[in-house]
Formats: sequence, structure tokens, C-alpha cells
Amino acid sequence: MIAKTRKQEFWGGVRDEAPILLGVVPFGLLFGALAISAHLGSLASQAMSAIIFAGSAQLLAAQLVASSTSGVVILLVVFVVNLRHALYSASVAPHVRHLGTGWKLLLSYLLTDEAYAITITHYNREGDAPDRHLYFLGAGLTLWSAWQASTAVGIFIGAQIPASWPLGFVLPLTFIALLVPALKDRAGVVAALVAGLVGLLAFGLPYKTGLLLAALIGIITGLVIEGRQK
Amino acid sequence: MNIWVIIIIGGLLTFATRLSFIFLLERIKVPDWFRRGLRFVPVAVLSAIILPELTSPNGTLVLSWRNPELLAGLVAILVAWKTKNVLLTILAGMAALVIIQLLFGHFGI
Repeated sequence: MIAKTRKQEFWGGVRDEAPILLGVVPFGLLFGALAISAHLGSLASQAMSAIIFAGSAQLLAAQLVASSTSGVVILLVVFVVNLRHALYSASVAPHVRHLGTGWKLLLSYLLTDEAYAITITHYNREGDAPDRHLYFLGAGLTLWSAWQASTAVGIFIGAQIPASWPLGFVLPLTFIALLVPALKDRAGVVAALVAGLVGLLAFGLPYKTGLLLAALIGIITGLVIEGRQK
Repeated sequence: MNIWVIIIIGGLLTFATRLSFIFLLERIKVPDWFRRGLRFVPVAVLSAIILPELTSPNGTLVLSWRNPELLAGLVAILVAWKTKNVLLTILAGMAALVIIQLLFGHFGI
């Protein structure tokens, strides 16, 4: 097989990432608009997309800021929700081990769910080509650009929406739309029910620490039930 | 905590997580319980946020059918379960909220 040129690798990543944007852009719009309605400010909302650069964590953070949760709790939620990226990191590590520190830092910054999914599928199918990091870069930058642009448009739209609209309710509804289809087996359903119930019971705990307790107990419950089924 | 502190530290934590194994390569293995536990993170976190949010929209617990957010949330859960469609779920939930609030206001229930 003839090795692809550097250009071909990069544009291959861009091309393969493009179809996924259809699912990403609506969430960028949603985040931008809801961050504004949660009074994050346009600069901070855009900065969140550029610096945290993780959709679900950003939506959760916007909701938690709006409900005046303590900063430490918000940071812990962002951290825990983004822990899955450690798995992606472990999975792409062998493919980028030959690169220098600069490349590793750049590609780590671009390691989102969507860039990972496309890149690892390509690596598993095509094997390790010499310029494979450019494919990763193409996919990652494509997603990055779409996320920043859709956030910016969302911020603009959010600023036009009258403050009287009950937009605050869109975030919990978005979470429902993400949660319900993710409940695929008994362990997951029970984990969610237990987490919700503990969240209710622990609602009065200071600084919304009940949220962390609830999530932790939910996760452990899921693990225990899954362990029993084996 | 200032929003900028949250954004910067949140960004650093996320970046460090993404960099972790790329940098530490093969010196550490991903433990099995960690891999398995991650599957439950989104459902547990989302549920722990949604349920209190629906039952106490204004910061105090309202476990009653007179709570429009709770009713609209149940409608949204049903639509999400049936359609698995994010946009439809949001639209149905918002429509339910507006209609329920109108009904409650109109009939004074």
C-alpha cells in the first residue's frame, strides 16, 4: 500500500469527521443559548467552549452555575463526567507514542468523544500510517471549529431570546433526553433510580454536595448489580 | 467561586484527563473497576441532577401533582423513552410546561 501524503491524512480526518457535526452543532447552539440564559455572560460562555471543550460537562456546569452550586462541587462534577476521556487517552496512546511533547499536548486537547470515535476507527481499519497524527489533527480541528462556531451562534441567539421565556427548563429536559435512551439494562436503570432518590433525600445538604453523594452511590450500586449478574 | 476560576480549573482537569495515558503510556494499566464504573457515571450524574431539579424547581421540595415542572418532566421522560429524540423531548417538555402552567393559572387549581 502506498503511504498517504500528509495532506491526504489531514483532509481524510476532516472529511470523516464532517458527518458527525450534524449531531454536534445543535448541542453547541443549545449550550451557547442556555449559557446566556443562565447568566454566564457571552465571553465566559465562549471561553468555556474553548477551555473546557467538552459538551456534556459544559451543559452540566451551566445548569449548576444557574442553580448556584458551589464551585468545588461543579469542578468535581466536570472532572468525574470527563473521566471517560482517560479511557480514550489509554486507547490512542500506542498510536501517538512516537510523537514529540508538543504534538501530544495538542492532540490531547483535541481528544473529544467525537474526534476519538472517528480517529480510533480509522487507526483500527487502516493500521499505523507514518503521518497518522495528521488524520487525528484534521478530525480534532474540524470538531473544534464546529464547536466554537456553534457556541458563538448559540450565544447570539440566546441574547435575542426574551428573558421572560422559561428557558431554564430546557437544560433539565436536555438531560432527560440524554439519560433515558442511555438506560439500556437493569444495572443502569437501578443506578439512575438510586442516584435520583439519594439526590432527593440529600437535597438539603450544604453546597449541593448531595449531588456528589447521589452520583457516587448510584455508580457503586450499578457496579454491585452488574457484578452480581455475572 | 468566580466563573473564570471554574472555567480554567475545569479546563485543566479535563485536559489532564485527556493527556493522562498519552503521557504515562503503559506505565499504568486502566483498572477493571474503573473501566466498568465509568459506564454508570452519566446515568448516575444526570439522574442525580434531574430528579431534585424537577421536584424542587424553586429550591424547595414540591412532591405534588401541582408542580408543573414535575408533570412536564414526566411527559418529557415518556417522549424520550418512546422517541429517543433530543429535539422532540425538549419540545414536548416545554409545550407540556407552558400548557400545564396555563391550565393551573386559568382554573386556579
